[in-house]
Amino acid sequence: MGPRSQTSAQGNRAWRYGRKLSALIASVALTFVGLLFVTFLIGRVVPIDPVLAAVGDRAPAEVYERVRIELGLHLPLYQQFFVYIAKVFQGDFGRSILTANPVTSDILRVFPATLELATAATFFGILLGIPMGVIGAVHQGRWPDQVLRVVGLFGYSVPVFWLGLMGLLLFYGRLDWVPGPGRLDVFYEGLLTPTTGVILIDSALAGEWDIFRNALAHITLPAAILGYFSLAYISRMTRSFMLEQLSQEYITTARVKGVSERAVIWRHALGNVRIPLVTVIALSYGNLLEGSVLTETVFAWPGLGFYLTQSLLSADMNAVLGGTIVVGTVFIGINLLSDALYRLMDPRAR
Amino acid sequence: MKRWFAFVLVLVVAFSATPATAATPADTLVMAWQFDDIITLDPAEIFEFSGAEYAGNTYDRLIGYEVDDVSKIYGVAAESWTVSPDGKTYTFKIRNGITFASGNPLTAEDVAFSLQRTVILDKSPAFILGQFGFTADNVRDQIRAVDANTVTIETDQAYAPTFVLYCLTATVGSVVDKKEVMAHEKDGDLGHAWLRTNYAGSGPFKLNQWKASELLILDANQAYWDGAPTLKRVIIRHIAEQATQRLLVEKGDIDIARNLGPDQIKGLEGNPEVRIHSSPKGGIFYLGLNQKHEALQKPQVRQALKYLVDYDGIANTILKGSMEPHQAFLPKGFLGALEDKPFKLDPEKAKQLLAEAGYPNGLTLTMDTRNNFPTLDMAQAIQSTFALGGVKLEIIPMDGKQALTKYRARNHEIYIGRWGPDYQDPHTNADTFAKNVDNADDAKAKPLAWRNAWDIPEMSKKTDAAVKESDPEKRAQMYLELQREHQQTSPFVIMFQDIEVAAERSNVKGFVLGPSFDSNFYRGVTK
Repeated sequence: MGPRSQTSAQGNRAWRYGRKLSALIASVALTFVGLLFVTFLIGRVVPIDPVLAAVGDRAPAEVYERVRIELGLHLPLYQQFFVYIAKVFQGDFGRSILTANPVTSDILRVFPATLELATAATFFGILLGIPMGVIGAVHQGRWPDQVLRVVGLFGYSVPVFWLGLMGLLLFYGRLDWVPGPGRLDVFYEGLLTPTTGVILIDSALAGEWDIFRNALAHITLPAAILGYFSLAYISRMTRSFMLEQLSQEYITTARVKGVSERAVIWRHALGNVRIPLVTVIALSYGNLLEGSVLTETVFAWPGLGFYLTQSLLSADMNAVLGGTIVVGTVFIGINLLSDALYRLMDPRAR
Repeated sequence: MKRWFAFVLVLVVAFSATPATAATPADTLVMAWQFDDIITLDPAEIFEFSGAEYAGNTYDRLIGYEVDDVSKIYGVAAESWTVSPDGKTYTFKIRNGITFASGNPLTAEDVAFSLQRTVILDKSPAFILGQFGFTADNVRDQIRAVDANTVTIETDQAYAPTFVLYCLTATVGSVVDKKEVMAHEKDGDLGHAWLRTNYAGSGPFKLNQWKASELLILDANQAYWDGAPTLKRVIIRHIAEQATQRLLVEKGDIDIARNLGPDQIKGLEGNPEVRIHSSPKGGIFYLGLNQKHEALQKPQVRQALKYLVDYDGIANTILKGSMEPHQAFLPKGFLGALEDKPFKLDPEKAKQLLAEAGYPNGLTLTMDTRNNFPTLDMAQAIQSTFALGGVKLEIIPMDGKQALTKYRARNHEIYIGRWGPDYQDPHTNADTFAKNVDNADDAKAKPLAWRNAWDIPEMSKKTDAAVKESDPEKRAQMYLELQREHQQTSPFVIMFQDIEVAAERSNVKGFVLGPSFDSNFYRGVTK
């Protein structure tokens, strides 16, 4: 093959990547608009009057009417939507009724709290869930497997709200192992200027190790409770992936070759399970990011789930739409990331 | 495997190295409180319970009242005042030596500006001042700073001076720092956009930071003209979950828990480290009987239903200290409040009244009920006692905003709900429970009497007369009479009055729970 055809093959490949990329961008954009449209519609059909929510029951008729126009609610629905979309493309998500702040600054404040909690919870889920799954698979059907299955089932089926309250009662109320709700002790409140908003990172960057340890202590219980759910999921999936691998011929070959049992399980089999697990972990991480509202309520954790729920209940649609976009972005981002990781780890997917 | 264990071990050590929390800092009051209703920090706009409490602690108003005896009115930013003989001009002498957090002195100009600003901005609570005939066009003439120490207020008619003065004790009467606020003015908004999230006052506390539904920190104003607060700082955390609040106060991680339900309060009984502090508040729970309904129009039926509520039973078994029986439209703590409770559960008497009205076999009614505690629980108790008198009550549970929409459209038969006063003057409740000048469906004013289609031209006149009576004693008498008549004839079954409950650590002293939300004070707290 001559050099000319090689360049053209490269060109072909670049073109193919380009086409893939633009298709990707188009599908992402379409997903966003669809997401916005559905959220917008839901916000308009809920039987809550957003003006009433903003001005209260006692406001005189004139004030009510003025606010209705200020909020743009006198326009037809499709116009309201276009006005909103146009603003979003300029990076303006509007102002929240509830907090009087621009939605962007609200989300920048609440999202890091959720990110911190969900990340810690996922760590917890991975650290315990994978070994549990592996042990379950190795001892399939025997008592360790049964015990771990019950533990997993419990995490899956018990409401996280109840688990949170019980956890607080036991580990904070009775045993004093962990501090109470909130991200920090009141004593440290307001001392740290947020750079990233993630207290563990901010305090470490500032060298405030007292605050770091306090934040770590505060996040332990909520992260464990929240992580329990992902632990249940991750361990179950690990177990079934492992069972599949352990029945493969290469495992038998390795054993016959005299490879130690530990290496067979933890290196050979788990090494191959890694790849599908990435998707499982990414999905569960995404779920934790938007599904932690109950944990956030119990632990007074000022995160995105809490913010979104409150905004929804008070018909604060700017905030709800802004939050939805963030959750959407995160989901799409995590999916892309797991795709990329998949490619990186699995040569066949390249 | 070993590496895993090592890693987990490190984590465990890191966690356990942190000592679980100690007591709260000695110079700081730490409170758990549901303050997610705060949507603004601008006193010209604040109309929420939590917002009112914030303003009450951070801003000075012209005048105040004794929390234990509201008939005693005293000057705050005003040193003294006089009312002209024709009852239309109020002249306030402004106190010297008050400074704002910015360092600017508080002058008559700031006072006039603050009141004008409320009227011009015309936010939800602006009507409290608007009642005296102020509009955006005339307010600069009607409310004026005559010199550095004198403000005059001219009302359109002669009202009861107590009425005008009580209205000035409301949050809208807070004095804001004109220079500071106007320095942040944008597009002629009188600094509103800025003040919604910032502070420009002279009160005993100043704002350190506010994060909506998360955190509110107030710092003591060390230069407060009436003496600095004992504590340096108040830290308030929004804790949504009541059970969590209880746990925190039991552990001593907070000094005061503000939102405990009846069950939590019961659970704290007998705990020597926590004290329950309670005080009546202005909220009133009542049934509204729609006068568009044929049966409910009959006076005997209305009377009968008032005998079919087990007031004490509900208070003891459901409300457990969070409300107490009260049967008149003015809550305890208001000028002229009537404390008589003529009604108690009496099914025989009710049956007799229903027979007189032409319903010897009883009747069936529906009640729109908010799907929450304690409304639904109260409704069920009422359902069972109504049945004793032969009244079959059908409860229609619904969302709060939905119930309100239906109520405002007068499409209910019975509505069970709560009413809170807007300001600390008896007129606020008289105006809504005992005045309805236009009963047409498209009436401009829609007070509670209108919402229940109760056409009362005579009583409306009495309500108007009471708000113009200049002698406070006489005025109180007029309200007492009005309530006695209202109690017997109105389509309102007034049942309970709110009690605000705070659970305090036993070392906390001096937290004031006043009759209204803007008179809950942190200033005297010691621990």
